[in-house]
Amino acid sequence: MNLNLTILGQAISFGIFVWFCMKFVWPPIITAMQERQAKIADGLAAAEKGAEAQELAKKEADEVVAAAKTQASEIISQAQKRSNSMVEEAKDEARSEADKVKQSAQADIEQEVVAARENLRGQVSTLAVAGASRILGKEIDANAHAKALDDLIAQI
Amino acid sequence: MANSAGEYIQHHLTNLTLGAHPENGFGFAQSAQEAKEMGFWAINVDTMFWGIALGTLFCWVFKRVADNMQAGVPSGLQNFVETVVEFVDQSVKESFHGKNDLIAPLALTVFMWILLMNTMDLVPVDWIPALAGVFGIHFQKVVPTTDINAAFGMSLSVFFLIIYYSIKVKGPGGFFAELAFQPFPKILMPFNLILEGVGLIAKPISLALRLFGNLYAGELIFILIALLPFWAQPFLSVPWAIFHILVIVLQAFIFMMLTIVYLSMAHEHH
Repeated sequence: MNLNLTILGQAISFGIFVWFCMKFVWPPIITAMQERQAKIADGLAAAEKGAEAQELAKKEADEVVAAAKTQASEIISQAQKRSNSMVEEAKDEARSEADKVKQSAQADIEQEVVAARENLRGQVSTLAVAGASRILGKEIDANAHAKALDDLIAQI
Repeated sequence: MANSAGEYIQHHLTNLTLGAHPENGFGFAQSAQEAKEMGFWAINVDTMFWGIALGTLFCWVFKRVADNMQAGVPSGLQNFVETVVEFVDQSVKESFHGKNDLIAPLALTVFMWILLMNTMDLVPVDWIPALAGVFGIHFQKVVPTTDINAAFGMSLSVFFLIIYYSIKVKGPGGFFAELAFQPFPKILMPFNLILEGVGLIAKPISLALRLFGNLYAGELIFILIALLPFWAQPFLSVPWAIFHILVIVLQAFIFMMLTIVYLSMAHEHH
């Protein structure tokens, strides 16, 4: 239990160990540990960012889907409207066409009627002259009674 | 081997001292008395050997880990080393707020070296001295921290660092002012100087004696237990060893913590 040179020896070895530790041991270990710390922090931040981005993307996707849905329903309703109107149009067209056909047929019929009547009228004078000459027993000059015949025709 | 209990204890508490004896000339001291007579110019070879061996072990292990350090997933020894480094780094950050690249490695060295030297206390007290006896070495104290020289070697180094940084940070005038002009007014300068001077010198002494005293007492108890009949020894030495694990770590931690705190005080202006 004597104080002796050992103090100095221990102090010197202590100094050397501290120097060695400071030079070769502490810096690489602490650097690597800090590096890892930074890495972990980065990883956590990235994970958080990723989760956020995912949430955002999900929201966006939801929005897109919703927009697509409304658009689709709009398109469908438009198409329905369009088809309805097309059917209506077609109906109208068909109706008007039918009307036209009917009208033209009627006009034709009337024309036929008029033509037949004219024809009959033309024959009336001949028939009247022939009838009269049979009754009277003699030839009748149609020209002499043209006025009376015309009146007769007009009466028909 | 010693004959009586007193001689046995005495034998176990004597260092292997190498020096020049006034009468017997240069050589190993043959007794505690001779070692004492060698005075200051002698060296405790066992303390130096174990101290340097354990310090080298610390440096070698930590250097190996530092060389193979990966920032990725650590494993094995690296985990242990990182735990210690993290613990020391945390302690330094909590107590030391200045910027000094020396403090943390210093604290780590203090902690690990003292821890290793203290741990030698758990080696059964007779093993290594008996082994040394086979090779003709009479004295062997395997726990360097039970040698007051080892404790003072470290605490005085810390003391010089305290003074060095006090002067470096505050300047010689500032350091003197800290010693002379407080806690009382300037008129009471001599009184202040005595008060603060005692406080300053008490730092290394308390640092060394606390470590030395704890370990010396622990070692002494182990030696006393070793004097008991062999069948009684396990019942006492095992509980004491388990309790001593606490002392070993605690003393290393206290020495480290106080080193940090003292150096932190040296860096701060009051």
